[in-house]
Amino acid sequence: MTLAATRTRPAPHPHPARRRGQARVGRPRLVWALPGLLFFGLFAVAPMAYSLYLSFCGNWGGIGSARLVGAQDWQRLVNDGNIRQATKLTIELTVLSWLFQTPIALLIGVWAAGRQRNRAVLSAIFFIPLVLSSTAISLLFKALLDPNFGLAPSIGPWIGFSNGNILGSPNGALAMLVFVGGWQFMPFHTLIYQGGARQIPKVLYDASSLDGAGRIAQFFHITLPQLRHTVTTSSVLIVVGSLTSFETVFLLTAGGPGSATTTLSFAMYQNAFQDFNYGYASALGTGLVVVSTLLSLLMVRFTGFGSMRSTREGM
Amino acid sequence: MTTKSVPRRRSRLALAVSLAAALCLGSAACSPSSGGGGDSITVYTYGDGSTDIQQNAVNDFNKTSKVKVKLVVVPGSDYTPKLRAAMGSSAAPDVFFNWGGGSILPYVQANQLVNLTSYFNAAPLKGAFLPSIVAAGAVSGQDYGVPMRGMQPVILFYNKTLFAKYGLQTPDTWTAMQTAISTFKAHGVIPFALGDSDNWPSLMWLEYLTDRIGGLSVFSKIQSGDTSGWNSPAMTSALNQAKTLINEGTFGSAYTSTGYNDNAAPTLLGSGKAAMQLMGSWDYSNQLTNHTGFAKNDEAWTTFPNVPGGTGDPADVVGNPANYWSINARTQNLSTAVAFVEYMAQASYAKALLAGGWIPTNSDTSSLLPSFPNPDFGEFQFQMVQKAPAFQLSWDQALPTTVGTPLDTEVGKFFAGQVSASQFESDMATAQKSAS
Repeated sequence: MTLAATRTRPAPHPHPARRRGQARVGRPRLVWALPGLLFFGLFAVAPMAYSLYLSFCGNWGGIGSARLVGAQDWQRLVNDGNIRQATKLTIELTVLSWLFQTPIALLIGVWAAGRQRNRAVLSAIFFIPLVLSSTAISLLFKALLDPNFGLAPSIGPWIGFSNGNILGSPNGALAMLVFVGGWQFMPFHTLIYQGGARQIPKVLYDASSLDGAGRIAQFFHITLPQLRHTVTTSSVLIVVGSLTSFETVFLLTAGGPGSATTTLSFAMYQNAFQDFNYGYASALGTGLVVVSTLLSLLMVRFTGFGSMRSTREGM
Repeated sequence: MTTKSVPRRRSRLALAVSLAAALCLGSAACSPSSGGGGDSITVYTYGDGSTDIQQNAVNDFNKTSKVKVKLVVVPGSDYTPKLRAAMGSSAAPDVFFNWGGGSILPYVQANQLVNLTSYFNAAPLKGAFLPSIVAAGAVSGQDYGVPMRGMQPVILFYNKTLFAKYGLQTPDTWTAMQTAISTFKAHGVIPFALGDSDNWPSLMWLEYLTDRIGGLSVFSKIQSGDTSGWNSPAMTSALNQAKTLINEGTFGSAYTSTGYNDNAAPTLLGSGKAAMQLMGSWDYSNQLTNHTGFAKNDEAWTTFPNVPGGTGDPADVVGNPANYWSINARTQNLSTAVAFVEYMAQASYAKALLAGGWIPTNSDTSSLLPSFPNPDFGEFQFQMVQKAPAFQLSWDQALPTTVGTPLDTEVGKFFAGQVSASQFESDMATAQKSAS
């Protein structure tokens, strides 16, 4: 969101000679960042360092003090079939979430950026899922999808589950995680795209109309290219959000049936707070930090987002 | 702009992902501040509908005790993690609720519990409780727990009105159970309600089948740490038997998304959509609350049938023998803590449990049974447990959590058809090896 907004500022021109006093006031010092850095250090860096330490403490269970015993948790992590399955599932969930959320959020966002009648009212309605709590949403859908007392027996036959056992089948449960997660977060991405689309200069559309471009041609040749960075922003958020998604899995499927929807973050929770194996859970958590950091760096690099080339070159 | 936005995105990411580590620190920091002071002891109990009984006992105890007992009610779903965090901190409780067996094993190994064996050899604890119940709270033959709630054997509940409607016999033999299963299936009634999405209800089936096929020694071997126990022939037959039951449609077709914790499976039984349910005795009070008519007019109960060709004793019982109080070795008021746990042997406490719908585990319970809300059910339960050669604690409780919780998940996978019997066995052997 910040990214989309800041992009609208004119590109920084080299300032005309500044007076010294102005420069001192106008440019924030490192001290200004201190509260933020402290907060980040205390609640992000320190726990991460501690969890890295714990990942070398074997299967420490929270009793007594943790002792370094070596890299056995990391060895187990690499060879663990359950973790391999969870990784595969997490990737599936991430890809499916992106495929589900991006096109719809993009279309609604572009539509909402227009000036149609009722647009504001409808946009406000579309926004509602985002202000509901994840817990409420998950429990609501769990009740709706109950095979005995919910709507699942009526909806099921329409989507290939004749007995309503949607949450009880591996594919159905995964599809529902994608759907419920998408239902909740699509409004947020819609908002990002709406902001992005609003910034596209009207002249581009006017010019293309003169050349005879229709709405569809305009969408593919103007809107989409202009929203390139917005797509990256939204995609990084979707990917990182899906990699770490927990509440929906915890409340809707509890990782089941069996372990069919056990994502990496849910596996981490199980290892830490159900098995009480803090060491192994910490290894898993540290691995997840590394993987998602690498992944978002890669995405930024390969989409050309990092180089920040303007979408309005030549204008 | 580049320099501004990238670190921000990274920080957001790091914040989100480091949640696990933050929780590790957080949970230790947010445990309620208590700890045994000079004039009081802290007792942690599991918060649910029956906590009033413990609170009243504490109030009565405090009337005569100089050192007061402070009862901390920890919400049930958070109990185990909270206790674990508190026991590792300086604010540990003096006395705490537990399930015996694997649930206290890590504390015993860390020398954090008071060995109560000598107290059980003297009045008032000597002979006060059923021996099989006290034994289930012990670790390696040493007593660490005083029973403080009623017994919770796993019982085969059934709808006797439906059984009469289709002319079926009590399902306490394998043949009668099989006939009932095929008859109900043919009439569109789910034979057995099963809250498989919570995993542990399915484990009850495996526990009873293994016991009836190979006896209690199969699991004792596993519990002693011998991972080859998972590959025993009895375990294989039990898994295959469970598979056969699943394929027959014993649990209907939507059991993998039916839960017990959300009350779905009990509602199936209580509303007549299912005819039977294998469940702990606590489900009776659940039915009494939610389906009063069913519990009073239609519900009946029996023992799990023998399995043809099995060598196990059909009188064996599985379930949760009881819940226990254990004493923290670091308590500063050992005498008060001991006096408090000994208070559980009092007849007044047993009566309070009975009135609350529990069957106490006191040796003299049978004389009190007529005052139970449903004397028939009370009598059945007590007789079942009293006659049982052994009362097997639920496997997921008897094993340390590092094995017990993966076991629940693995059972869920097996019932959902994601692993074969041989895969189940090797997975569990691996899980137990890597946890030890």
